Amino acid sequence: MSEKKFSKKHEWVSLDGDIATVGITKHATEMLGDIVFVEVPDAGKSIEKEGQAAVVESTKAASDVYSPISGEVTEGNKAIADDPGSVNGDPEGTSWFFKLKIKNKGELDSLMSKEEYDKFCKENPN
Amino acid sequence: MGVQKTALYDLHKSLGAKFVPFAGYEMPIQYKDGIVKEHISTRTHAGFFDVSHMGQFFLEGDETLVEALEKIIPSDLKSLKVNHSKYSFLLNDDGGIIDDLIVTKTKKGFCIILNAACKENDIKHISKFLDKNHKYLLNNDLSLIALQGPKSVEILEKLTPGVSQLKFMTGNYFSYDSERLYITRSGYTGEDGFEISISNKKVKNLIDFLMKNGVKPIGLGARDTLRLEAGLCLYGHDLNEKINPVEANLKWAIAKKRKEAGGFNGWSKIKNLLTNGSEKIRVGIKPEGKVIARENTKIFSSNGEEIGFVTSGTFGPSVNGPVAMGYVKSKFSEIGTSVQLEVRGKKYEGKVSELPFYKKSYVK
Repeated sequence: MSEKKFSKKHEWVSLDGDIATVGITKHATEMLGDIVFVEVPDAGKSIEKEGQAAVVESTKAASDVYSPISGEVTEGNKAIADDPGSVNGDPEGTSWFFKLKIKNKGELDSLMSKEEYDKFCKENPN
Repeated sequence: MGVQKTALYDLHKSLGAKFVPFAGYEMPIQYKDGIVKEHISTRTHAGFFDVSHMGQFFLEGDETLVEALEKIIPSDLKSLKVNHSKYSFLLNDDGGIIDDLIVTKTKKGFCIILNAACKENDIKHISKFLDKNHKYLLNNDLSLIALQGPKSVEILEKLTPGVSQLKFMTGNYFSYDSERLYITRSGYTGEDGFEISISNKKVKNLIDFLMKNGVKPIGLGARDTLRLEAGLCLYGHDLNEKINPVEANLKWAIAKKRKEAGGFNGWSKIKNLLTNGSEKIRVGIKPEGKVIARENTKIFSSNGEEIGFVTSGTFGPSVNGPVAMGYVKSKFSEIGTSVQLEVRGKKYEGKVSELPFYKKSYVK
């Protein structure tokens, strides 16, 4: 798998061949608080870069999860839909949201590295 | 007027609170533990809530004060004993709820606890019914702390011996730290607990004592999940000026004597609704599965007719699932009625459910 890249909307993506795995960042889960509902896309769904792809809800509010890259969904992570609280535990590991077969690897170039993302979070604490 | 802060603002900050603007105040929505842990620790141990933004409104006067207040509050205030409290509301001419409140009889008159967002408007409304002999004061020198949860009584008994003798919805004065506290056995969580009125100067000492005894700070977030599991209304969401007590399924809070004798705002309308029922009524809604039906979610009957809307909805940590309440056409209000909830364009199954979602344990 490639190193993770990060979006300004607090999603991460890592690449394995032409399959991208997408999730939300630890920082995002800390802002959201206790996660109590997750909806992930079904396989076969086409999603554009920055298009709405999934839903995450905390006790406070519902938020959309956007895809940082275009592609066709190959799998949504049913495990987190069944146990939404697990996203608070391992958001950047086992609690990924969905996998996509991507079209254009170049779309990743506009995303941030880990260092850039950490800096972005510090500068935009909310 | 800028943003207001309670006397405990700095303490909340030091405890890692996240703040939100609420009714003109900067209030903690949660602390470091987060809403779910705060909720559970209130249900299993005890938590304290700074509710000093709520109005502590004191009225003094003779029997004409009782008569004046009974025009806008449908409780039997004449028979209310000193130190006894009732849940009630302020009503407008049409029987709509201007605010919901707790009224307590004092030696010289009454103390009314008003919602923070409504208090200024409430006082304007109440004062229209008062005359020169009646004195009133919104006491901003007092803080209000709710101590809630099964361990509340043994902890508070150490500080103010005798509080364990209070019954639910009664209160009394207790001395502490060379001042007089007014403590009632009441709350907004479905748990046993107390609400403590204490001067802004001494409130920090009270909190130090509670925290030394393992009481956790609880924010507005968990206050909301706790009250919704307990089936209690939140003004501005489940109640407003266009909703009357019959529609709100709160007719139990209108005194029996007053239902018959009337003499309060909106009585003719309310009397008619008491006899004939209302078009719509507040019910509990239990979504199936995990989807959360939040405020303004449309409610449909099983054959697709739009029958109402959600007024409060969240995840209930003790129920371990979503809970909601809302208004439906009365013919769909029977417990167990299947409904559909439209969330993000999709329909999800749910049922009209008994309230509370979580059983109370008040000491009567």
